[in-house]
Amino acid sequence: MAALWRRRLLGVSGLCRTVRALSGKNEYDLLIIGGGSGGLACAKEAAQFGRQVAVLDYVEPSPQGTKWGLGGTCVNVGCIPKKLMHQAALLGSALKDAQHYGWNIAQPVHHTWSVMAQAVQNYVKSLNWGHRVQLQDKKVKYFNMKGSFSDLHTVRGLTKAGKETIVTAENIVIATGGRPKYPMHIAGALEYGITSDDLFWLKESPGKTLVVGASYVSLECAGFLTGIGLDTTVMMRSIPLRGFDQQMASLVTEHMESYGTKFLKRCFPTKVEKLESNRLKVTWKNTDLGTEETDSFDTVMWAVGRAPDTETLNLEAVGVKTNSETGKIIVDASEATSVPHIYAVGDITEGRPELTPTAIAAGKLLAQRLFGQSSELMDYDNVPTTVFTPLEYGCVGLSEEAAVQCYGSDNIEMVCLREREQRILGLHFIGPNAGEVIQGFALGIKCGATYPQLMKTVGIHPTCAEEITKLHITKRSGLDATVTGC
Amino acid sequence: MKFYLVRFLCPFLVLRAHKEGKPQKLLEMNGHTPVPHAYDYDLIVIGGGSGGLAAAKEAARYEKKVMVLDFVTPTPLGNSWGLGGTCVNVGCIPKKLMHQAALLGQALQDSRKYGWQFTEEVKHNWMTMTESVQNYIGSLNWGYRVALREKNVTYENAYGEFVGPHTVKATNKRGVEKLYTAERFLIATGERPRYLDIPGDKEYCISSDDLFSLPYCPGKTLVVGASYVALECAGFLAGLGLDVTVMVRSILLRGFDQDIANKIGEYMEEHGINFIREFVPIKVEQIEEGTPGRLRVTAKSTKGNQIIEGEYNTVLLAIGRDACTRKIGLDKVGVKINEKTGKIPVNDEEQTNVPYIYAVGDILQDKLELTPVAIQAGRLLVQRLYGGATSKCDYVNVPTTVFTPLEYGACGYSEEAAVEKFGEENIEVYHSNFWPLEWTVPSRDNNKCYAKIICNIQDNERVIGFHVLGPNAGEVTQGFAAAIKCGITKEQLDNTIGIHPVCAEVSSAIQILCFSSSII
Repeated sequence: MAALWRRRLLGVSGLCRTVRALSGKNEYDLLIIGGGSGGLACAKEAAQFGRQVAVLDYVEPSPQGTKWGLGGTCVNVGCIPKKLMHQAALLGSALKDAQHYGWNIAQPVHHTWSVMAQAVQNYVKSLNWGHRVQLQDKKVKYFNMKGSFSDLHTVRGLTKAGKETIVTAENIVIATGGRPKYPMHIAGALEYGITSDDLFWLKESPGKTLVVGASYVSLECAGFLTGIGLDTTVMMRSIPLRGFDQQMASLVTEHMESYGTKFLKRCFPTKVEKLESNRLKVTWKNTDLGTEETDSFDTVMWAVGRAPDTETLNLEAVGVKTNSETGKIIVDASEATSVPHIYAVGDITEGRPELTPTAIAAGKLLAQRLFGQSSELMDYDNVPTTVFTPLEYGCVGLSEEAAVQCYGSDNIEMVCLREREQRILGLHFIGPNAGEVIQGFALGIKCGATYPQLMKTVGIHPTCAEEITKLHITKRSGLDATVTGC
Repeated sequence: MKFYLVRFLCPFLVLRAHKEGKPQKLLEMNGHTPVPHAYDYDLIVIGGGSGGLAAAKEAARYEKKVMVLDFVTPTPLGNSWGLGGTCVNVGCIPKKLMHQAALLGQALQDSRKYGWQFTEEVKHNWMTMTESVQNYIGSLNWGYRVALREKNVTYENAYGEFVGPHTVKATNKRGVEKLYTAERFLIATGERPRYLDIPGDKEYCISSDDLFSLPYCPGKTLVVGASYVALECAGFLAGLGLDVTVMVRSILLRGFDQDIANKIGEYMEEHGINFIREFVPIKVEQIEEGTPGRLRVTAKSTKGNQIIEGEYNTVLLAIGRDACTRKIGLDKVGVKINEKTGKIPVNDEEQTNVPYIYAVGDILQDKLELTPVAIQAGRLLVQRLYGGATSKCDYVNVPTTVFTPLEYGACGYSEEAAVEKFGEENIEVYHSNFWPLEWTVPSRDNNKCYAKIICNIQDNERVIGFHVLGPNAGEVTQGFAAAIKCGITKEQLDNTIGIHPVCAEVSSAIQILCFSSSII
């Protein structure tokens, strides 16, 4: 009789899950593999509902041997150290400006990498610590182990020393993120090159650096390296910031060039060798000129994209489907994978923005749906973002190309619909504090802001953001967009 | 000659209908001498500041014949400036630049923690800064003159005052007078700093009209007042390394959210600015002449008979501003002003009680004293007059920013105003402290920054007030103002993803409720 009762209940979802959790068959209600932005947010939210939650987090050292603590990419080798080093570079500019404002500083000033790196690394470590304390406070069990699936509800955790722990859970969330790609077809790439995983943890200055790639990672890193006074070159095979508005992308790279970053456009490296001096000799092909060139650098950093971290998860054992091209985990609108009780959030998921705030929001909402009687799905539309290049670029909504593709160029004016109410489809801003500027406008777009509404909003003077409320020259008109005073 | 002209112009009968067909009030006076139908100008703007110039340039777009009369009556200490009004010369622009100079001083300190190395002792040179600022202002003055010329707007550096219907007298620096007539007038004369009316105030004290072009470092400064002008100036003077004291009669930033005003005051105090509360100066004497000299200030308590004395190099008065409406002949044309404040009441189309006379900017009664508001009002007014437009200036939910050392951006209701209007039980206040990432490395000011959102529970938790205290507050607030204009609700706010890592993202992370009675 009891067995029949249990089997019947198996067919009922939702309610069934909560009942089974109490029966204690699985150790945890929720197990999260990956303690990054998405994973931790989901864990902490689930714990709020009184659930038994566990997090497995493990950092496979980079090929150069770099590793870090709890918190994921953003905290350790992404957003946080990136923004701090960007700030260091901005302060370098501020020092130059300060002279004009009456501050007398003997030029030239010097920058010491190790002072900055240590300050940044110390702050990141405090965040690692903070995350551990938070998990403890919320009674989330944390395992510093590498997880892989044994079966549908069982995950095997392996410590650095090789000790194994088996963990069972009712629901599992995969949030293992991604790691930088190495261009394996280039000789010497793996042995001699570093990636963003290593850059922020270098104890000594990277010196004369070649950054290979045209992603925002590449441009942001090259940007701050230049800003702190290092000889920096960016090598791009084709266009910068693929996927972003291309007009803005050009403005970003043009500014970087005038700011001192060297660009090798339409070039790709063919090999990296180590010289006796310990410097690196890079050989590359210039596709425009059809020539082969070389130069030597102290550091070569690859920023040619990131690959989802799924290889060691043993997804095949449980049948979680991935996209054959990208390797990312396929999920539906509720973050569920092809296996009903297994979910995925963050950079690992196919078709989602690779951003910390979206991972956090998705993770939280998932926990609320699983344990909090919510049915709210994550809205991935109109997610604002900012590229922290020397001249910052903030945007929300459609790029010009995407808008034209979607609506047709006749219907677009300043990336807002031409007809009737002129709803704003996209907003792009290049300038200082671009992130601060765009954030509020993203809210407006969420409300379906129209161009007339934007124009009715009075500006705050004097700020950069007020320019957005004064936009009135259309590209269609052909008029010069240069501003001359108030 | 003057007397004769006045007598001739006095008896007028104005019989002109509005272009839009609205019947115009008849201004009948003694006599029936008819007015010539051809006026000198379509529009004469008195005051070449933010509002005036915006309106003039807009009118020129409609090919109207426009004149701008701009004149700066020198300060008691003899200071004057060029075309552009308060904002450009002695307001927003130099203020923000000097605020930036102070911020850069802080940046210098931070930069050491970020690995930058330079001489230990860093000093600020007032003259270098002031020269740079004045040069930039000069370029703006020049730019305006060129812009007016290009648009065929006639500009005269002359003091304009009404002498009779449709007629102004323009008196230039040398005392030469000219008369001009126009179909319509726009008064945009703005305001000037108020003095205390105590012995020594005009002789020895300076105001914001003098500060930004002061040809010597002000040294140890007493700032009298608690307005944003007082706090912004005190803020940057301290940031440049000067010994600054602020003398406050009662509360800080009257009219602003008081919770935030107090946080601003606390921050300034923690950063070395002295505050003397509940005292007012009663006498200023000169101890020693010089640039700067030495002044003795005697002050009396507002709460008793206590008298204190202090010695300063400079005393900066920032106790308020008075509208420039009392000496421009408004009585001659019947324009009503508020006798107490001097401000001009207008309808929602910026029209005074005299149909052909309009007003914009700081002189308006019950409107905001802000450059962008004046510009918007001026432009829209002209578009209505000459372009057939109907849009009126929207004075609701105008965002603003106070550029104190810890900047404060706001849009909508303060907490007090919201409680008063909607009732405490009908509003929900969400708030949060935050620590800008950039301040972590230099380990400064943890938990000083603050953001607050006030929502109307009865209207879908619509956001009716937004307040942020932190760096780049203006940049942060601008977009929120647009969102508030679109009627954003708390739910929509929560659904908007933050940009990471920026200060502004705190707004979409604000979850903590606080009821106004138990403000943490």
